[in-house]
Amino acid sequence: MPNDIAKGPVAPGCEKVDPILIANNVRRQFGGNVAVDVEHVEIPRGKITALIGPNGAGKTTFFNLLTGFDQPNSGDWSFDGKNLAGVAAYKVSRMGMVRTFQLTKSLNMLTVMENMRLGAQKQPGESLLRALFKPLWIKNEDSITATANELLTRFKLDAKAEDFAASLSGGQRKLLEMARALMTKPKLVMLDEPMAGVNPALTQSLLEHIKGLKAEGMTVLFVEHDMHMVRNISDWVIVMAEGKIVAEGPPNEVMKNPAVIDAYLGAHHDSDLGADKIAKGK
Amino acid sequence: MDIIFGNAVDWLFQPITAAYALAAIGIALHFGFTGLLNFGQAVFMAVGAYGFSISVKVLHFGFWPSVLVALIASVIMAFILGIPTLRLRSDYLAIVTIAAAEVFRFIVSTTSAQPITGGPQGLNEYSDEFWAMNPIPNGHYKFWVWDYTEDDIFARAVAWGLVIAFAILLAILVRSPWGRVIKGIREDEDAVRSLGKNVYSYKMQSLVVGGLMGTVAGILFVLPTSVQPGNYGTTLTFFIWTILLLGGASTVLGSIVGAMIFWSLLSLTSDLLSAGVDNGVITFISQNQIGDIRFMLVGIGLMLLVIFRPQGIFGNKKELYFNA
Repeated sequence: MPNDIAKGPVAPGCEKVDPILIANNVRRQFGGNVAVDVEHVEIPRGKITALIGPNGAGKTTFFNLLTGFDQPNSGDWSFDGKNLAGVAAYKVSRMGMVRTFQLTKSLNMLTVMENMRLGAQKQPGESLLRALFKPLWIKNEDSITATANELLTRFKLDAKAEDFAASLSGGQRKLLEMARALMTKPKLVMLDEPMAGVNPALTQSLLEHIKGLKAEGMTVLFVEHDMHMVRNISDWVIVMAEGKIVAEGPPNEVMKNPAVIDAYLGAHHDSDLGADKIAKGK
Repeated sequence: MDIIFGNAVDWLFQPITAAYALAAIGIALHFGFTGLLNFGQAVFMAVGAYGFSISVKVLHFGFWPSVLVALIASVIMAFILGIPTLRLRSDYLAIVTIAAAEVFRFIVSTTSAQPITGGPQGLNEYSDEFWAMNPIPNGHYKFWVWDYTEDDIFARAVAWGLVIAFAILLAILVRSPWGRVIKGIREDEDAVRSLGKNVYSYKMQSLVVGGLMGTVAGILFVLPTSVQPGNYGTTLTFFIWTILLLGGASTVLGSIVGAMIFWSLLSLTSDLLSAGVDNGVITFISQNQIGDIRFMLVGIGLMLLVIFRPQGIFGNKKELYFNA
């Protein structure tokens, strides 16, 4: 099947027509355990890419490495042509590559609105000296608040704006975290299991929001377990297992790939483990 | 009886009370707003006391240059404490600050440091220039049961003026976008990092500013009296923490009211006990046990406070509800 994402033949680590993120030989070891060992991967710009794989495949570790929250043993990667290896997490975010977390990190004792405002970039009042002089930052604060209000309305959190984030339900916190990430005006949004622990109704609206990001020209990379969700919204799927990229391609083709089935169900899922074999042992 | 209450009310406005209040405002910024566990506020106070008094006595600097020396020393101390620990989990700062305070106290009180720090005797008579700035005419000023000299009034006015000024500074800071970032760090620093804020730098700024408040408190603490190395033990830090939690950690006014309540309660309990013993009402303790027993009573009072009003006097009950 022809596609407009891959440059050449579709294979693990294949080149893309217009990649926004390119990683080479990224390797992270915890003691003797190699958590991530990615030879080459490219994330297509302006598309929704799903990163899937069984538990312990290294998806979140790979996320942490790419966003500067963890340092790899070796490897380099670039975002929008700028080298990112060894760059601090906050600088990665400032470049336009923002992430969310698997365990939602809402700032509980701040109101929903303050959570949102915190996402804004270049607020002069965030410098210690300028903070003392309200006229220097109040105008900026007003425009930040206006943007935040728009986003909150879009994510249906506007009624909660003045409540503590702690009072939100788990699903609403996921929405808040995504909305807050958007306050940074990112180019690439990286969502770590955005659907985990969210009820089906809210999942549907989360999916719509993710599609909305793409419509606005953002690139989305997200980690997910549920294959049906992935099939619904993603343009491209990358499969990780045991720290490596084992397959990638358009969602429908990837699901048929034997490597993917092996990764999820085990390589020997269809071999016979008959009673006599088990009885003999070994 | 008037004397007893007079004393208690007097303690509300003592320069020492002001010094404790200011030091507590410093850890309100550290702990209440940024989530930094500074268990060594005593070291910032000691840096203020020694930085100032050594500059006057040994280096023969004037009053203002000596204050400046103390403030610069405080910033250096904040960097020494912060650089190795602020990238780590918050408990490491707690360990390092409590150790640093003790190390500092032992160094200044060694006899070999006597020519500079006064060793175990400490330092005194460095406040002449401060008293010379007093615009209030000489004399005795009497109100109710109190009898103040012009110096008493001057010391109180300066100390409380500074407390109010720093409280306003803290109020402005925590209501600004800068304050929003540090409160975010208190809640979850990785989330704040993911939003493009340099968390390490903000924690350092908070440590420096709160430390400077401790240092000014340290100068206020010793201006009317003398520098005693024994004062800068862990007890000092824990009293300041008590005051902070009494008033409410994430509040501005809490530290001030906490300090006032703490000191006047101490004075009240000791005076009441002492009067009771003198008049034969309390027979099972002696006069020289009162000093310890009042701390027990204050301890019981604090336990009651923590049980019935855990958010502190000024704290917001809602915040606690969500933490549970």
